Amino acid sequence: MAKKKGEVKFGEQLTVGGHLSRSVVTSGPGIFWVTVFLLVPLVWIGVVSFLTRGEVGGYGKPFTFENYTRFAGFGFFGFDLLYPQIIFRSLVLGAGTAGFCMLAALPLAFFIAGMPARYKNTALTLVLIPFWTNLLIRTYAWQIILAPESPITHLAVALGLTTAGSPLYPSAMAIYIGMVCDYLPFLVLPLYSSVEKIDWSIAEAASDLGADKLRVFWHAILPQVTPGLVAGIVLVFIPATGQFVIPDLLGGAKTVMMGNAIQQQFLQSRDWPFGSAIAFIGMGIVLVGLWVYARFSGEKGGELL
Amino acid sequence: MASEIPAIEVENLVRRFGDVEALSHVNVTIRKGEFFSLLGPSGCGKTTLLRIVGGLDMPDEGIVRIGGTDAREIPAHKRPVNTVFQSYALFPHLTVYDNIAFGLRMKKVAKPEISERVKKVMDLVEITPLGNRKPAQLSGGQKQRVALARAVVNEPQVLLLDEPLGALDLKLRKQLQVELLQLQRRLKITFIYVTHDQEEALVMSDRIAVMRAGKIEQMGEAESLYEHPHTRYVSQFLGSCNLIDGTVKRRGPKEAIVDSIVGELRVEFGQNPPAAAQRDKFTLAIRPEKVTLCRLDESAGENRVKVRVDELIYIGSETHYVLRAGEQRLTAEAMNVKVGSQGFDIGQEAIVYLPAAGLLVLDD
Amino acid sequence: MRRVSLPLWLISGLLYIFMYAPIAVVIVFSFNSAKHGGPWMGFTTQWYGKLLDSSDKIAATENTIILAVVSTAIATVLGTLLGYGLSRYWFPGKKLFSLLMYIPVVIPDIVMAVAMLAFFDLVSSLLGWFNMGLTTMTIAHITFQIPFVAIVVRSRLVGMDPAIEEAAHDLGASTWQTFWGVTFPLMLPGVLAGAMLAFTLSLDDFVVSFFTTGPGATTLPILIYSSVKRGITPDINALSTLIVLASVVGTVGVTLLQRPRQPSGG
Repeated sequence: MAKKKGEVKFGEQLTVGGHLSRSVVTSGPGIFWVTVFLLVPLVWIGVVSFLTRGEVGGYGKPFTFENYTRFAGFGFFGFDLLYPQIIFRSLVLGAGTAGFCMLAALPLAFFIAGMPARYKNTALTLVLIPFWTNLLIRTYAWQIILAPESPITHLAVALGLTTAGSPLYPSAMAIYIGMVCDYLPFLVLPLYSSVEKIDWSIAEAASDLGADKLRVFWHAILPQVTPGLVAGIVLVFIPATGQFVIPDLLGGAKTVMMGNAIQQQFLQSRDWPFGSAIAFIGMGIVLVGLWVYARFSGEKGGELL
Repeated sequence: MASEIPAIEVENLVRRFGDVEALSHVNVTIRKGEFFSLLGPSGCGKTTLLRIVGGLDMPDEGIVRIGGTDAREIPAHKRPVNTVFQSYALFPHLTVYDNIAFGLRMKKVAKPEISERVKKVMDLVEITPLGNRKPAQLSGGQKQRVALARAVVNEPQVLLLDEPLGALDLKLRKQLQVELLQLQRRLKITFIYVTHDQEEALVMSDRIAVMRAGKIEQMGEAESLYEHPHTRYVSQFLGSCNLIDGTVKRRGPKEAIVDSIVGELRVEFGQNPPAAAQRDKFTLAIRPEKVTLCRLDESAGENRVKVRVDELIYIGSETHYVLRAGEQRLTAEAMNVKVGSQGFDIGQEAIVYLPAAGLLVLDD
Repeated sequence: MRRVSLPLWLISGLLYIFMYAPIAVVIVFSFNSAKHGGPWMGFTTQWYGKLLDSSDKIAATENTIILAVVSTAIATVLGTLLGYGLSRYWFPGKKLFSLLMYIPVVIPDIVMAVAMLAFFDLVSSLLGWFNMGLTTMTIAHITFQIPFVAIVVRSRLVGMDPAIEEAAHDLGASTWQTFWGVTFPLMLPGVLAGAMLAFTLSLDDFVVSFFTTGPGATTLPILIYSSVKRGITPDINALSTLIVLASVVGTVGVTLLQRPRQPSGG
C-alpha cells in the first residue's frame, strides 16, 4: 500500500500521486477495456433478464420477474422443474467430468514425473499436443469412433450393451466420454506441475515412521499436490458446466445442458430475456460453487492460475 | 582531521514498518576512507540503514548526508553511492562485461574509457577471462566478484555492501574477506559493510557499530569494542563473556573491592570507566581467554577462585573449559602451547585466576 | 526419481491412446474415399486437393488468421501493460479490480458470449445499426485475451528479484532506463508466452466467435461446427487434419524453443 509520501519500491521514490499516474498509464487501458467489454455486458444481461420478450424476438420493458419465476418452474403450462433440472444436470456434468478427469490425471501426472529426464519432455509434449488441438475437432471425431460401423460399437454390441446398427451416440455416456477426453489435458498440466515439485523425502519419512502405502499417499503425497489439483479441477469444472458443443454433438436433442438451453433461447427461440436469466443463474451458481470450494480447500488454486 | 567532511552522516534516523521501529533515532558519522561495519543479528536494522543511505529506502524522520550534502531529496540513481547486494543482483540477460559497464554507460562515459576502466577493475578482482560469460554460468564466488566490480568501477564516494559473503562457503569467505580488505585499502573508498558475523567484522573493519533492535548499542574500533564492551549484549555478541554480579565493598579512585558469588574480587577501572562503575551493584564481565587455570596449590593471591572442571572441549589449537564455582559457571580458554594433556581433567578441582584488569564493568 | 511401475505404464499408455483416439481417427478418415462420410471405403488424397478449391474454407482460414493476429497484437500490448502495472503500482480499489481480471478465466464461455451479443445489440441500437462481423469478434477475443496475457506477464514479474531493478537504479539508471534496459528484457519471455497463449485461444475459439460473428466473418471453428452438424464429410476431416498438424508443429516448436540453453562451464 502506498504511504502518504515518498514510498520506495524497487529503488524508486514514489508518492501516492506517482503511483496513481503510473497506474493510469499501465493498468488503465486494460482495466478500461475489460470493464467496458466484459463487465458492462455482464451487467447488461443481468438487466435484460428482467425485461420482457418482444413479439418478434426483441426485448423491452416492462421489467418483470417472469423470467426467473419461469426458470424456477412456474411456466405457462403449470409447474415444471425443467430448468432447475437442466442446471442440476449441468453441475453434475461439470463435477462428473472433473471427477473422472481427476482419476485419470493422477496416474498420468505421476507417470510423466516418474520418467527419466530424457523422456520427460516428450511425455509432457504428448499431453500438450491434444491440449493445444482444437476442442471442436477432438469432439466431433467421437462421432466417427462411436458410429455404428466402428469397432468400438461392434464391441459394445458383442457385450450386449446396445443393438446392432445403432451408434453409441447420442447418449449420456458419449457426452461423458467426449468431455473427459477433451478436458483431461486441462487437469493433467496443472496437476503435473505440482507433482513434479513433490518432496519425496516426506513420503520416505512417513514410510520410515511405519505408514503403509495408502497412508503415505494420503498424508504425505496428496497434500503436496493439492494446489495443482485444485487449479486443474477449477479449470475443468467451469467450462464443463457451461459446455454446449459437446452435449450438442454427442448428446443431440435428448440431453439439454445449461449451455444448450442458453444457446436455444438466444439463437432459436430468440427469447433473450429468458436466456439471460438462465445465463445469469448459471453463472451465479458456478461462482458460488467455486467460492464454496475455495473456502474448503484454501486459496492456493488461484495462485497457480 | 576534524575539519574533513565525513563521508556519511546520519542524524536521528527513524524508519517504521507499521508499528515496528526498524531504526530508532540512529546517529552515526562515517569518515572518509574508513571500513565501517554495521554488525548485528537479523532484524536489528543494519540492512535498513544501509538501504536508506543508498537511496533504496526513505526514512520517516531524520537526515542523511553524503559528503556533506543533504541526500534526502536525491533519488538512488543520482547518489554517488553504489551497492553490492546480498543476492548479487547481476543482470541475467547481460554478459559480465556489460554488467560491469552498466553504470558507466548510464553516465554516458566514452566507449574507450569504459573499456579501459572495466578491464582495470576486472583485473583488480581477478575475473579478467570471464568477460563474455553470463551470470548463470558463474560460480558463487565469481558472481560476488562481478557484483563488486560492477559497483567499484563507478568510483563511488561510498560503497555499500550488504552481507556480500553470506552465501559462500567458509574457506572462500575467509579468502574474500582478506581480498575485500586489501581492495578497500588500495582504492581508498569508504566502505559500509553489513554483516551478522562478528569475526568478519573484527577482521575487516576500522570501526564497528554493533546494532540491536534499531539502535546502535556501541560503536568503536574493533579492539576497543572487544576489550571494552559496555553492555551484556555487546559482550556476548562479540566473542563470549563470563558474567559475574558484584556488590561494592570498598572503593578507590581507580579500583574497587567487590563481593561476588565467587568471593572477593579486586576490579581495576582502566582509562574510561563507565558510569555504572559509580554504582554499588554492577555486573562484571571477563573474557574466557583472560581466565587462567592454575593447579590447586597455586591458590595464593588475589582474585583466585576454586572451581571444578565440568567440561573439556578440545578444538585443536585451543582447549575450552566449562568450570563451576558453586552456582557460578565460568568458561576459560587456553591455547594448547604444550602437546598432550594440559593437566586438567573433567571432574577435577582447580583454581582460576581472574586478573583485576580483565574484569570489566558493564553498563547494564 | 522413482521408477515407474508396470501397472502405471499400462494405465498411462491406455490414457494416452484415449487422448489421441479422436486425433488419430480424424487423420485416418481424412483419407477415406467414401464421399459422404461413413464407413471406410478405400484410400484417397483427393479431399486435400479439393480443399484448395473451396473458397469458403479458404475465406474461413483467412478470417481466422487475421482475427487471431490482430486480436493478439492488441491484447498483448494492453495485457502486458496491465500485468506490469498491477505488479508494481498501487491505486485505490486495486484489489477489487485485480479480481476483475480473473472473470474471463472463471466464467463459462457461453455466458461471456451471450453477454457480448447482447452488448453489441445494445450498442447498435444506441449508436446506429452495424453489422456483426470481424470487428465485433476481434473486440470479443481481445476481451478474453487480455487477462490471460496480464496473468502470465504479472507472474513473470512477481518472480523477478526486486534487487535487480534496485541495482539498476543504484548504478545510475532512471526509471525509464531501468524499464527498457533491465525490466523489459527480463519480462520479454513472459510477454511472448502470453502472446502465444492469446494467439492459440483466438485460433481455437468457437463459442464466443459463434455468438459474435456476422455475415462473411466465418472462422474455421465455426465452419467446422456448421459442417459437422450436417454430417461429417471427409473434406472436413482433411481440413481438421491440417489444423491438427499445425497444432502439432506449433506445440513442438514452442516446446523446443523453451528448452533452456545449456550453460557452458561455471
